[in-house]
Amino acid sequence: MSVSSVFPQLEQLLPRVSKPIQYVGGELGAVVKDWDATTVRWALMYPDAYEVGLPNQGVQILYEVLNEQPDVLAERTYAVWPDLEALMKEHGVPQFTVDAHRPVKAFDVLGLSFATELGYTNMLSALDLAGIPLDSADRGDDDPIVLAGGHASFNPEPIADFIDAAVLGDGEEAVLEITGIIREWKDEGRPGGRDELLLRLARTESIYVPRFYDVDYLPDGRIQRVVPNRPDVPFRVAKRTTMDLDAWPYPKKPLVPLAETVHERYAVEIFRGCTRGCRFCQAGMITRPVRERSITTVGQMVKEGLEFSGFSEVGLLSLSSADHSEIGDMCSGLAEQYADTNVSLSLPSTRVDAFNIDLAQELSRNGRRTGLTFAPEGGSERIRKVINKMVTKEDLIRTVVTAYSNGWRQVKLYFMCGLPTETDEDVLEIAQMAHEVIRAGREAAGTKDIRCTVSIGGFVPKPHTPFQWAPMERPEVIDARLKMLKQEINSDRSLGRAIGYRYHDGEPSLIEGLLSRGDRRVGAVIRRVWEKGGRFDGWSEHFSYARWIESAAEVLPEYGVDLDWFTTREREQLEVLPWDHLDSGLDKDWLWQDWQDSLTEYEQDDCRWTPCFDCGVCPSMDTEIQIGPTGKKLLPLTPVTNTLRVPV
Amino acid sequence: MAPKNQPVGGQAPVVQRLRLRYAKRGPLRFTSHRDFARAFERALRRAGVPIAFSQGFTPHPKISYASAAPTGVGSEAEYLEIGLQAEVDPEMLRRALDAALSPGLDVLEAVIAREGGGSLADRIDASHWRLELPQVDPAEAEAAVKAFQEAGEVLVERMTKQGRRTFDARQAVTRIAVTQQSDLPSEADGAPCAIIDLVVRQVTPAVRPDDVLSGLRAVAGLEPPVPPRVTRLAQGMLTAQGEIVDPLDADREPALPG
Repeated sequence: MSVSSVFPQLEQLLPRVSKPIQYVGGELGAVVKDWDATTVRWALMYPDAYEVGLPNQGVQILYEVLNEQPDVLAERTYAVWPDLEALMKEHGVPQFTVDAHRPVKAFDVLGLSFATELGYTNMLSALDLAGIPLDSADRGDDDPIVLAGGHASFNPEPIADFIDAAVLGDGEEAVLEITGIIREWKDEGRPGGRDELLLRLARTESIYVPRFYDVDYLPDGRIQRVVPNRPDVPFRVAKRTTMDLDAWPYPKKPLVPLAETVHERYAVEIFRGCTRGCRFCQAGMITRPVRERSITTVGQMVKEGLEFSGFSEVGLLSLSSADHSEIGDMCSGLAEQYADTNVSLSLPSTRVDAFNIDLAQELSRNGRRTGLTFAPEGGSERIRKVINKMVTKEDLIRTVVTAYSNGWRQVKLYFMCGLPTETDEDVLEIAQMAHEVIRAGREAAGTKDIRCTVSIGGFVPKPHTPFQWAPMERPEVIDARLKMLKQEINSDRSLGRAIGYRYHDGEPSLIEGLLSRGDRRVGAVIRRVWEKGGRFDGWSEHFSYARWIESAAEVLPEYGVDLDWFTTREREQLEVLPWDHLDSGLDKDWLWQDWQDSLTEYEQDDCRWTPCFDCGVCPSMDTEIQIGPTGKKLLPLTPVTNTLRVPV
Repeated sequence: MAPKNQPVGGQAPVVQRLRLRYAKRGPLRFTSHRDFARAFERALRRAGVPIAFSQGFTPHPKISYASAAPTGVGSEAEYLEIGLQAEVDPEMLRRALDAALSPGLDVLEAVIAREGGGSLADRIDASHWRLELPQVDPAEAEAAVKAFQEAGEVLVERMTKQGRRTFDARQAVTRIAVTQQSDLPSEADGAPCAIIDLVVRQVTPAVRPDDVLSGLRAVAGLEPPVPPRVTRLAQGMLTAQGEIVDPLDADREPALPG
């Protein structure tokens, strides 16, 4: 059965919507294949607007990995804005891919990458527009397998009713294995239908199929147990780890959009995983162990990525980029290579020490200077011990002053509010720190013309972290603390004028908290919110706290629980958590010990430089730390020149 | 954030100026001018074009655009000029840039700008448009066009940067006619499709094809059931005879012997 493009119908609607270019495709790097010449077909969705979704690394990597297979086709689809959604419903145009504008329902798999839980309502919109039943149980053999990935899939329970399966961890190899299973099942004539296919996926022991697991509850609302409801699926589902990043140097051909997007750069992941051990950081916990990409692979990827894309900015990404064992040589090598060009190099996610200033100096050699951001995360020494962010106030002041005396005029400091055990005083110390930064900075720079921006995010406890048991703070308390902090910053008018202040209020964080640590009963809240028009919950102009509160109050009492129960309630050690059957490799006892350590303000070192502290990942996942140095240098292979590249 | 030290040395000077005609076709007609500008800068890098940069701490590539067609409107005649720090063969550059841009953003011509020949903008004061109106009976369009022509003034409204404005859409129109055949293949098949041929002078505020369509609605109640498809066929100087002179013609003229 061939599938035709919906573009002729869509085209009639595009003049009536804002930024139509985002629905048109035609990016460099986009692949359009002959439908009939392929066997397994994936629609990959980033469930947010195109401008946010297109730069997503995960989707770009899987898109390229899949399309490199001759008999596999992968296309992309993004959330459509409400203006187009209304027109599509009115005119019967289904959810489409931007590559060849094929209807999503025609694909074998709809793979969704959830970087954040706030994309859940957008998934429901997409399913609805695609004509795919919202409930997994209602889908037939003609519907795609709805597959969740990304960090949020480490607890997919709130969307368990809507997805058919979830993959935890790295996707590069997982998508190929899933493709193989689907190919074989189709070649055999689809024996046993959809159920058999899901069973084959579940039997890999690393693909979670929620329908094969039953959740029993205790009278007080807590979970009694989560167990398989058939004998041939595993009790626990394990995460995936791609071990050799040099063997997977993607994206090779990054997607270059015509529309404006949030990041316009060639991004290369220089390592994956982090063992710094910040207790709030889900990414650091679930992506262990650290696996570095070698300096030479990074150099090659940057060169080819820039040539292919024409981007003028390179981002060296990871969870803490300055921790790469060869970051110094990498930065100086790249700076050398691009010294006489207008290419700018940036190193996001840096730690607070003077070494970073050296790196930033190196990267700005050709005059292109990106901003400097430091993340002390907590305002007081005490709270930084609680969260295991080992930075002293002296470190911070020294680092920032070095930046100012080296010519930087603005630095950004990132903090969180609502951390476990936090008091008003912990937050107010942020103001003192900012004041001292400006005072010392003015002295060092010899000018009053310096600024710092204090940026504050709300803390959300996440599954598979030591804070998974922690109670959330109430939004009113957070908002009051943020207000107090603002007053404190401005209490000195001269210093306050040099300090910018950005924050998010507490309400969206509470909802993110509900979705992060929710169980299957939260699915009813998501459905109700979506039915009432909830879309784009990551966007302040679309997010409605009232709608979430109202919906939670309507559907949760039936289960004897409420919003507070999921968010501000502290969990006990023995409580069965909704994600306990999903194995991130972290030993639950170790997580609990780390939670207890945090309460006694005991710091945990990094296992890259100190002995293993038994978090459990390496032995249980059969993985190991992979770090350099390789001892190799980044040699400029060919000088960057201006020679016309004329096609033959 | 402006660091103290300025970059050492200046940018290389411009040694050659090239003028390009390019098209926005098919789905990529939804590219806005800003989108195109970003894509073009990346294409310059992909194609290895020795583009010259402005001086200063954040150097910008030397590109200047002639009036761009609105988002959603196709065009066979968009123009820009680039300054280069090394001389290149115009046809080689055209091919390199065309290959570096997405299909649908097509570089059609490149010529060397003649010294002292004036700017591109000085050579453009009118545009030639084609308006395809699918599912509109040509006879109905004909009647609307006639009413439009006979009116001395056709007031239309549009949101501009200054807010809602009312202005005359009639005066700037030097030619408007329903034609039988389009120059380019239309994608509307089977159903009737009226095609309007339109020449509009550049005035302030600009009268755009959608303003003329608003005018046709105002004078004759013409309401296309689906959005019309508009293409710019040419732009340039309007002669007394009503023809449009290609702005690149002046650069193409052979140099005087001697």
